[in-house]
Amino acid sequence: FFCWEKGFLDAQFLQLQQLQDESNPDFVVEVVSLFFDDSEKLLNDLTMALDQPNVDFKKVDAHVHQLKGSSSSIGAQRVKNACIAFRSFCEEQNIDATLRCLQQVKQEYYLVKNKLETMLRLEQQIVAAGGSIPMIELGF
Amino acid sequence: MARNGGVAWMRTTDKIDGYDLSTSDTEEVHVLAVDDSLVDRKVIERLLRISSCKVTAVDSGRRALQYLGLDEEIQKKETNGFDGLKVDLIITDYCMPGMTGYELLKKVKESSAFREIPVVIMSSENVIARIDRCLEEGAEDFIVKPVKLSDVKRIIDYTTTELREGEQREGARAKRRGINKRKQREGDDDLSSSPPSTLSSSTSSPSSSIQSATAPSSPSTLDSPTRRLKMTSSE
Repeated sequence: FFCWEKGFLDAQFLQLQQLQDESNPDFVVEVVSLFFDDSEKLLNDLTMALDQPNVDFKKVDAHVHQLKGSSSSIGAQRVKNACIAFRSFCEEQNIDATLRCLQQVKQEYYLVKNKLETMLRLEQQIVAAGGSIPMIELGF
Repeated sequence: MARNGGVAWMRTTDKIDGYDLSTSDTEEVHVLAVDDSLVDRKVIERLLRISSCKVTAVDSGRRALQYLGLDEEIQKKETNGFDGLKVDLIITDYCMPGMTGYELLKKVKESSAFREIPVVIMSSENVIARIDRCLEEGAEDFIVKPVKLSDVKRIIDYTTTELREGEQREGARAKRRGINKRKQREGDDDLSSSPPSTLSSSTSSPSSSIQSATAPSSPSTLDSPTRRLKMTSSE
């Protein structure tokens, strides 16, 4: 899948796929959905927090830390990396840079969300048509 | 839903099942998992279940203490847990609002009823000072997030062995491990407090749980801070 080639998803995502089996056939979809809900809430919180006249950078950093954590747990590598950069600007309390970072994180999030949704939809279609999903062996 | 073409998946599942069958001949390990992140709770729960554990997942240190019956504000009998299920292992996130994993660790180790329960700390940040502090406080192990199945299996293996051997030496061992581990660290270079991970994980091997810039001196045997600890404890 194209996701790995462009670095959208890393080995952690593979790990999650390995945790799915016949007794838990929807595990990946469930985790990914939780990730979407969680992230969108965090992105809203971040937007609001950065929109304040006096920005509370500690709070902003806390939100970014959470987003970094969940994106890391899912394997959303580019989102995670964008969060790391974001946090360093929070430390500097740099308003302009953090606003740019927020845009960057949002962009990466929507990109990976799109890829994940497409991929999961494809998988469902394949399985529904009686086929099977090959496990990609990656040379990590 | 027949996924008969996914041979690799089936093989993996079989391997896991095979492993589980061989380790769960005694009663199941009951793990109390503590993490404020919904995503991480879901993942750790699955990792533990696949490793044949019973899991109770809570979202805060406070709730963990309540579950154990250690919350001062709630009068509970000092028995083994809310619903009578004895907790064999606590695995907790470090960074949590309210009570951190470290504070939870301290509370557990201060309690006469529960101090023998092994506590494992998880953190996305591979900070040596943090790891040291946790180990000195009596943490059994420290896992760098994101948590992988191999991390969980190692912990469960270790816990199962501990349960069988008895826990008399736990306090002494934890202290000794802290000292030994520090000695070992002095021998390693590049271990000053590290910033959060910037390494692209696509370059790391599947077995490595290191996501930060700390480079182990002998990559083949020491590929994670926690594995280093495991080796130390057997010295």
